[in-house]
Amino acid sequence: MNHLAWEVRVTLISIFALLATSNCMLFIKMRYYSGTNDTLIRHRIRTWWALAAIFSLALCISSQGGVVFFGFISFLALKEFLSMSPTRRADRRVLFYAYLSIVPQYYFASTDNYQMFLVFIPVIMFAWLPTRMWMIGQGDGFQNAAGTLLWALMITVYSLSHTAYLLTLPLEQHISNGPLGAIAIRSHHPGPGLLIFLILMAETNDIFQYAFGKAFGKTQVSPTIAPGKTYLGLIGGIISTTCLAGVVGPLITPMDLANSFIAGFMIACVGFAGELCICALKRDLKIKNFGATLPGHGGVLDRVGNLVFSAPLFFHFIHYCYHQ
Amino acid sequence: MNQILRLAFFAFIVRPLMMIVLGTNVRRSELLPTSGPAIIVANHNSHLDVFALMNVLGLKRLQIVRPVAAADYFMTRRLRRWFATRIVGIIPIDRSKMRREKGKHPLDPISEVLDANGIVLLFPEGTRGEPETMDEFQSGVAHIARRHPDIPITPVFMHGLGKALPKGEALLVPFFCDMFVGKPLDSQLKKRELMNQLSSSMDELAAELPMEAWS
Repeated sequence: MNHLAWEVRVTLISIFALLATSNCMLFIKMRYYSGTNDTLIRHRIRTWWALAAIFSLALCISSQGGVVFFGFISFLALKEFLSMSPTRRADRRVLFYAYLSIVPQYYFASTDNYQMFLVFIPVIMFAWLPTRMWMIGQGDGFQNAAGTLLWALMITVYSLSHTAYLLTLPLEQHISNGPLGAIAIRSHHPGPGLLIFLILMAETNDIFQYAFGKAFGKTQVSPTIAPGKTYLGLIGGIISTTCLAGVVGPLITPMDLANSFIAGFMIACVGFAGELCICALKRDLKIKNFGATLPGHGGVLDRVGNLVFSAPLFFHFIHYCYHQ
Repeated sequence: MNQILRLAFFAFIVRPLMMIVLGTNVRRSELLPTSGPAIIVANHNSHLDVFALMNVLGLKRLQIVRPVAAADYFMTRRLRRWFATRIVGIIPIDRSKMRREKGKHPLDPISEVLDANGIVLLFPEGTRGEPETMDEFQSGVAHIARRHPDIPITPVFMHGLGKALPKGEALLVPFFCDMFVGKPLDSQLKKRELMNQLSSSMDELAAELPMEAWS
């Protein structure tokens, strides 16, 4: 537990407190305004509980626990992607290599091997998977198959593995804000704080967007891709996420106020872009969601859509500003 | 002892395999029979089909679930025979024998299980065949229905496991298994009508799949 700064612990506890509050609110609503169907939202909150519990537990054990957690998330997301997209029967072996690539990618993240982490999928796998494909000798549908597989690897493994790398990234040590006792842990183990910041911003951005969109939203951002997303929801989400980042950032991460605002703004904008990308993908595949792994949410890919672009961007922002 | 081994196999090997490595996506699981006697018919793509179905039916019902399988395939080698009869608990039916022998009808073992309130799993395609393509259904299910006109027959369309482990492959590649459960068939129908109802019901369930066939 020594690797978790007390601010990080407080943040984790407040997440559980928030979940408990939403449970209470739902209970009151069900008690006094019966008649509406709350099954979806009930399942959704219950799944949030499970996710938050497993995530906190993994993080409490060690930073490596968090790496394993996200490795597993990558595996589930890749499986959903490949099960829902058309693949060629001849490529079964190639798909197997794609699954295997999760292990080295997360290993490089856990051992802070920056160079290998960056090149493993976009350079090595980029060359190896199509090579293994031509070896099989089926030209029909090659372009689609290779494109689908590499795109799947990029969004489900490469992007998401940046979340895990945040946990082991060494940062420069001369940071001097916050109460004295906390500085030591926070600057020696900045990872958990950074990771929680990223996920908290990405997920609350969703909630803010939904809330603002419900209350004030009129004009849709993209009626053909995601009818539920509106401009006012988007703007409201970005503003509130940026504000929240200004509060949370300086507390649990090495970032100062200005950088926290920038990071919050970035995560909100790019998170939205990633989310809509997954929506477009679902339109193309003619599915409503990627399976039923997370009751109330759909599949894992439905949940991590807001991380696919924001995780690498936030990671490189931190790396650029603070790497030792 | 054997029951414990069977339970352990399904609890500690089949369940993690189906939940973590593969994953099942069941639509309308409430239509599955909760108690015997009952018949479940499904299309057949892979050896894993039977495990997926038995896993969805749950460990509580494991005792009464018996899949029908080909005796000429599963009863040949010793280890395979032990595994098929003792662990999976198959009802072996010889696909080549279609007539009464020594006063015993080839479908008698199935009737015995149904009379003992069992849930019988039946793959009327008769073989895994080409993965993810449906072959014509054999009419054995209609014969069973004629013998037991009051037992519900639930159709289940399965997709995905033929990609994970098709016939003739040893490498398991993770894929989701979709399982679409349909409304029970009318087992009072005559042979031809029952088979028509079965194949149209399966086609309807298959149409729920957004993806084109696997090629």
